[in-house]
Amino acid sequence: MIKVNIEIKLKSYHDRQLLKIKRQFAAGSITKILGPSGSGKTTLLKMIAGLASPENGTIVVDGITWFDAERKISLPPQKRHTGFVFQSYALFPNMTVQQHLEYATTDAGWIKQLVKLGQLDKFVDHKPDHLSGGQQQRLAILRALAIKPKLLLMDEPFSALDSKMKTTLIAELKPLIKQLGLTTIIVSHNLQELELFEGEVIDFEGLS
Amino acid sequence: MDLSPIWLTLKLAGITTLLLLLIGLPFAWWLSRGRSFIKLIIEAIITMPLVLPPSVLGFYLLLAFSPQYGLGKWLHDTFDVQLVFSFPGLILASVIYGMPFMVGPVKSALQQLPASLAEASYTLGKTEWQTFRYVLLPNIKPSLLTAAVLTFAHTLGEFGVVLMIGGNIPGVTRVASIAVYDSVEKMDYASANNYSLILFSITFILVMTVFIFNKYQAKGPLA
Repeated sequence: MIKVNIEIKLKSYHDRQLLKIKRQFAAGSITKILGPSGSGKTTLLKMIAGLASPENGTIVVDGITWFDAERKISLPPQKRHTGFVFQSYALFPNMTVQQHLEYATTDAGWIKQLVKLGQLDKFVDHKPDHLSGGQQQRLAILRALAIKPKLLLMDEPFSALDSKMKTTLIAELKPLIKQLGLTTIIVSHNLQELELFEGEVIDFEGLS
Repeated sequence: MDLSPIWLTLKLAGITTLLLLLIGLPFAWWLSRGRSFIKLIIEAIITMPLVLPPSVLGFYLLLAFSPQYGLGKWLHDTFDVQLVFSFPGLILASVIYGMPFMVGPVKSALQQLPASLAEASYTLGKTEWQTFRYVLLPNIKPSLLTAAVLTFAHTLGEFGVVLMIGGNIPGVTRVASIAVYDSVEKMDYASANNYSLILFSITFILVMTVFIFNKYQAKGPLA
């Protein structure tokens, strides 16, 4: 269970608006967050992952305080163990597909399974520059899963995939999310993109 | 022709570059992360050699290294180390003088990398050091090479600081640039020409190497 009760200052949305978020995300649930650019979707994910700090509030995960502004607690991202799929992929240009996964985990069997899941078997020696947009995005998802996280945060994860690849990847991702018991938060500006996932929808346009 | 000034110059440039790689890289990384007033002051100080006349820097280093004052006195009294008119003194002065040539390009390159690269590494559980070593550093290789070559080439051509700190002791502090000056003073133009030609050739080859390595991208040594 993730309990988020935070305040975020948004600079580019309605002139320095204070966004208050009070939500609970049940363990193993999938939550879809919708909203236009600049509405704070990515910021929320980064705050949960420990890559940014809220102005105020608390983030408690499975009874452990990850962030508490008053008590000055802020667990570093390394200790939060969250799988994060960045909108820009954030792939490492110097590493091949295999090296990306080896950087994240030493479990060779798990790496093999992930490569198969992402249909990247033939591209393990390729660096991001030599992968298509869709392959890069799949690698970003696989890398996030490589650490076997309990919490998966995905920022516009399917935007670069064609509809066939999107359907295939989501169909294979869904049982994996269930199998790993992942609590998943997916951010998108496109509701249609998330239709293949069942789960609660939060519309950030309505929040303030 | 006495080749010892050339060897001494190459030794000085090599040691200075290695030391600056060890000191300058972590330093550039620290400077590239966030901003603070202290960082601003420190950055201004290490940039000074770029704009100060070398004789001014050399004069202050001469005072600082002198066995009669402050640091120099302490080093002399405690460790029996004399920096003025010695090769170790030349190295220390070159490290200070060459610092902006190493730190500047590396810091800029690190700042130009997307923040999400380091963030992705952190979410994979990697420490800041692991992130620097395995993600950031390999992705700034061209800038790293440029910085190292610039530092090396700049040390080859040092004159003012070297003259103030080291003087002109054959085999100890008489580097190639001093040898050129000394030869001209003695009207020995042939020797001056030989030393100059060797320095010119080495520097040209180094600069060409960087251009070739960077495949004529907009990352030449002066970019």
